[in-house]
Amino acid sequence: MSENVQAATLSQVRSQVKKKKRKELWQKIYSNKAALAGLIILSIYALMLIFGPLLSPYDPYEIDLQNKLQGPTLDHLMGTDDKGRDILSRILYGSYLTLGVGFSAVLFGGSVGILLGLVAGYYGGKIDSIISRLIDVMLAFPGILLALAIVSALGTSLINVTIAVGFFSIPMFARIVRGSTMEVKKLEYIDAVRTLGANNVIILFRHILPNILSPIIIQASMRLATAILSAAGLSFLGLGAQPPSPEWGAMLSAGRDFLFNAPHMALFPGIMISFLVLGLNLLGDGLRDALDPRMKA
Amino acid sequence: MGEVQPILEVTNLKQYFYLKKEKLFGEKQIVRAVDDISFQLYEGETLSIVGESGCGKSTTGRSILRLDEPTDGSISLFGENLLEMTQKQLRVARKDIQIIFQDPYASLNPRRTIRQMLTEAMSIQDVVPKEKQEARMIELMQLVGLQPEYLERYPHEFSGGQRQRIGIARALSVNPKIIICDESVSALDVSIQAQILNLLKKLQKELGLTLLFISHDLSVVRHISDRVIVMYLGKIVEIANKKSLFDTPVHPYTRALFSAIPTVEKGQKRERIILKGDVPSPLNPPSGCRFHTRCPFATEQCKQQEPQLVEVKDGHKTACHYWENFL
Ligand SMILES: Nc1ncnc2c1ncn2[C@@H]1O[C@H](COP(=O)(O)OP(=O)(O)OP(=O)(O)O)[C@@H](O)[C@H]1O
Ligand code: SF4
Ligand SMILES: [Mg+2]
Repeated sequence: MSENVQAATLSQVRSQVKKKKRKELWQKIYSNKAALAGLIILSIYALMLIFGPLLSPYDPYEIDLQNKLQGPTLDHLMGTDDKGRDILSRILYGSYLTLGVGFSAVLFGGSVGILLGLVAGYYGGKIDSIISRLIDVMLAFPGILLALAIVSALGTSLINVTIAVGFFSIPMFARIVRGSTMEVKKLEYIDAVRTLGANNVIILFRHILPNILSPIIIQASMRLATAILSAAGLSFLGLGAQPPSPEWGAMLSAGRDFLFNAPHMALFPGIMISFLVLGLNLLGDGLRDALDPRMKA
Repeated sequence: MGEVQPILEVTNLKQYFYLKKEKLFGEKQIVRAVDDISFQLYEGETLSIVGESGCGKSTTGRSILRLDEPTDGSISLFGENLLEMTQKQLRVARKDIQIIFQDPYASLNPRRTIRQMLTEAMSIQDVVPKEKQEARMIELMQLVGLQPEYLERYPHEFSGGQRQRIGIARALSVNPKIIICDESVSALDVSIQAQILNLLKKLQKELGLTLLFISHDLSVVRHISDRVIVMYLGKIVEIANKKSLFDTPVHPYTRALFSAIPTVEKGQKRERIILKGDVPSPLNPPSGCRFHTRCPFATEQCKQQEPQLVEVKDGHKTACHYWENFL
């Protein structure tokens, strides 16, 4: 009887504690100006991603040669391109491509890298030597060259660009995760759960991974910026998204030929990419300050 | 004595650490952290291991749990050799032996609440059916003197002493028979130390636990032990019940160690032995008796020949060539 009462009050305490935790995290981010700025910029992009197609005034693929290469007007807020398509609509539609490629690339590179890093750092020995050599070799290649090589081998397409860009973020994730894993696995609470009989999977994913999330999150936000930039770069070089696609890098590339008579064609996609990268870097820096206790003075 | 079966029997245990070569053609470096030790642990007793820093106390505890893989020897728990078990068998066997560490800050996962820790422990070993876990957790908290409301908290919300209580609750959650306490109170304030020691004593009595108590603090050891092992550079130099050891230490190292603590009893007129020099490295331990570089009684024989543990009195063993002179 008294035990039931106790259990009931316990569950109340439990939900209160959860609320408190959430509040603390928000306060941390809110008090960090850079992270806040980054977060605001990224929220605008997120809104664009969700509501873009609803908000776009025109069909992004509709060709209207009579109105081609118009500068910004009230009808076309960002002007039109060389085929008379509305640039604003294209940018809104294209956001999911550019962001999607970036996210998928980091998701791919991150998962593989995290897994490799965890295994290398945790098991050590021969496995570690092999993985570490692999990381070194991958790091020795300049990333964009590696991506170029991969895309030319696999063929030009946005998916291949995603794979290529993701591939060259593998070693960065692997290296950071390996180092953090080696640090955390020495801690006594890992020995304690091992003594309780936990297997390696539980130890790796329930006890080590959650304790090395901060460097992973920081790395991911930084890599996201690089990935988006690289993907756009590959599209700009004509290796990624192909012409009618409103991917921002491809749009930038198309604007290249009209830099003098219609600079807005390259300007707007360029601005969109720059701010996105800026937002990600600000958030990444801010998160590092907020999450990494070693960075604090 | 001979009739009683030990709950845990350590035989010829060796734990070497092989260091990476520093030079390409350099010799492989071997740290002989624990070098051929044997002892028995009997049900319900408190056996302590004392010795200076680096003598291999923690390594002994960790080898018993196979947290480091021992180089050689056998460790038998209820007659079964832990060192021959597969990982799977070992995971099950581990619930009988738990450990409480020194650092109450490093021994709890900062990202998990006390509830999560206890639930996890009970689920891994499947000791309590799901529907009874809640009641068991409340019971465990009360057992170690913490309010059940604290279950929802994270480790950083507790003081050092409270964290140590949490560590104890976690260890108890799987109903162990043996608990290894590795310097479990050394990091705490003296007043808190006493509380935790008394808690351990109380739990031992109530739950019939067997304690392997590792410490460099002689006054703590004197307070809590039934029997004591003295280690020096990876070897056992003396093992005896507490009274016999503190009243009549035989080995020159033990006596040196004890002369560092002020004696209260009068009439004890043993000459003080002051140790010269530092503890040699377990990388290249001295030949023969490992204590000979610091022992005031060392002879040529001590340098050549390693002394074996011999029984000098009932259950009192020591490893010194000249033990008869020191009785
Ligand atoms: N993983 C390891 N690799 C190499 N050497 C080790 C390792 N673990 C312990 N040692 C060495 O083994 C020796 C014994 O260490 P151990 O931690 O058992 O000593 P201790 O008696 O517990 O000392 P303390 O009182 O400082 O805790 C030390 O010289 C230590 O440097
Ligand atoms: S064996 Fe020799 S060196 Fe070792 S403790 Fe005895 S007297 Fe000292
Ligand atoms: Mg130790």
